[in-house]
Amino acid sequence: MELRSYIIRRLLLLIPVLFGVTIFIFGITMLFSPIERASLYVQDARQMTNIPAIIELYGLDQPFWVQYGNWIGNVFSGNLGWSRVAGMPVWDAIWNYLPTTLELAIFATPIIILMGIFLGSQAAAHKDRPLDHGTRVMAIFGWSLPTFWLGLILIMVFYGAIAGLLPPGRLTTEIQTLVNSAEFTRYTHINTIDAILNLNGAVLLDALRHLILPVITLSVTQVAFIMRLMRSSMLESLGKGYVLTARAKGLAERVVVNKHARRNALIPVITVAGYVFAGMANGVVITETIFTYKGIGWWSAQAAINLDIPSVLGFALFNAALFVLVNLVVDILYTRVDPRVRLGGTVQ
Amino acid sequence: MSDWKFMVRQLAKNPLSLAGIIIIFIFVIIAIFAPLIAPPPEGHVDPYKIPRDGYSATPHLPSEEHIFGTTEGQYDIFYGVIWGTRSAFRVGIVVIGIVLVIGIVLGSLAGYFGGVIDEIIMRITDIFLAFPALIMAMAIVIALEPSLTSVMIALIVVSWPSYARLIRGDILQVREEDYIEASRGIGASNFRVIMRHALPNAIYPTLVMASLDIGAVVLAAAALSFLGLGAPEGYADWGQLTSFARNWIVGPSNDPLKYWFAVTIPGLFILFFVLGWNLLGDAFRDILDPRLARR
Repeated sequence: MELRSYIIRRLLLLIPVLFGVTIFIFGITMLFSPIERASLYVQDARQMTNIPAIIELYGLDQPFWVQYGNWIGNVFSGNLGWSRVAGMPVWDAIWNYLPTTLELAIFATPIIILMGIFLGSQAAAHKDRPLDHGTRVMAIFGWSLPTFWLGLILIMVFYGAIAGLLPPGRLTTEIQTLVNSAEFTRYTHINTIDAILNLNGAVLLDALRHLILPVITLSVTQVAFIMRLMRSSMLESLGKGYVLTARAKGLAERVVVNKHARRNALIPVITVAGYVFAGMANGVVITETIFTYKGIGWWSAQAAINLDIPSVLGFALFNAALFVLVNLVVDILYTRVDPRVRLGGTVQ
Repeated sequence: MSDWKFMVRQLAKNPLSLAGIIIIFIFVIIAIFAPLIAPPPEGHVDPYKIPRDGYSATPHLPSEEHIFGTTEGQYDIFYGVIWGTRSAFRVGIVVIGIVLVIGIVLGSLAGYFGGVIDEIIMRITDIFLAFPALIMAMAIVIALEPSLTSVMIALIVVSWPSYARLIRGDILQVREEDYIEASRGIGASNFRVIMRHALPNAIYPTLVMASLDIGAVVLAAAALSFLGLGAPEGYADWGQLTSFARNWIVGPSNDPLKYWFAVTIPGLFILFFVLGWNLLGDAFRDILDPRLARR
């Protein structure tokens, strides 16, 4: 199938996915009675008498499809609703919190991918030798760590025991004031990048100080995941005929491992990029909550706990679109690295 | 040599898997003998409720009466972690068991038949995977009212798609192999090809993931409990015990590590429980995979 038509087809398939996600989430919110949902609009006890009026106004006792239709109609006219948790429209909230999370991802992603692939292939190349055992124990340990607990322990040590070394939050108050002042231009709202563009060392240092612990917390599990996968995939690849051939014709072990085995071993690793993305999205929720690092993850967790339904739905839409795009890229990459796999293939 | 003997011998030979077995064994013992290790006090109705010693917020240091100390609200940490082992086993085993069945059925249907069936099943998994599992699980738990059962339902709902996809991928890989072609060529039914040829050759990585995931499920459940969306307050549960300690991570400025036990001990129980499963899962992968094992 041609690449362009494949991409278009997949992008069209995004539409039912987005419908599915929102219907599902909407369905979950329907488990609450109209009164419960109406009381979310009430700020203080005296307004409780207005509940029937609120139910009437927002159509909360209408059938599922009517309510869903109202919501989706608003979405099409560009209105995702009001986020109580953020105190602003949902759409603004997403753009407001996104750079913060991007900043985490910018640092965590290269660490995860490069370290995972490197350690994994090294472990496989040294199977059953100390390096293999060492990295294996590391990986299993990292994989077993409760993210939230790791975050708390890191805070206990690097903020508590070593007083104030690596604080939670995103910036210290003075630096935050500086960043918000007129002297500092916010190009991207990603602090480290803005600091570099503004040639401001103090902001950069402060941003990095706040980033170290969350990035570690976010990366540990994912590095372990990629590494283990890379190891087993590499072991399989090393046992294949073409590796035997390469060795038999006298190629250096380094060439055999790095060129012949590793390239083929990368294929399964690419296919899990979607999982890694999902894993990071989960990790971001916990990590940002622990470190009060107020990005998308923190916001969505707050929204879920506080029953901020428009926020949860908006976040669902946003995340679903992103995830489908990631998977599309993965599928295309997959055909590039493994020519045997055809786009949209069926049994040939 | 029979496969079983071979497997057991391999597991016992490898120090890591041996460690895993021992860890899990210890937890099994703890779970079974919880009433003896941490006997509920006289007149205590529900043994899964952690007994309290007063209502003061500040955690108390380990003492003779409370060997792991008490956490916020004077819940006894020792009692909580011992009985919490039972909750952990229950959540892990129930969730993985149900999820595996769903995953194997839908995954092999999608992978083997391809076409429309594949498209439909994969788009449904897309829908589920397109949403961060944790947030979806949180929404489900809130909607069902926080309880251990809600946590289990939520974890089943959010985790079956990964298994379906994984098994589908496995099947896709073997689908083009010659022995599948051969089996189809001699007229085997689709059911037979899937059950006898495709699944046994494709399922090993998935079994490992499953064995790993009893740990991972307990981790996810603990994360939900930690966020306050698990068992009701006071129920023996490791995640909740950790969350009780959240306000006491950094102690007074002259002794910042004063309340270390309140956060560390429940966390260590989670860590070792998950570690046990993961150590075992890792060893299984090498043993069960015929392409790697007996070389």
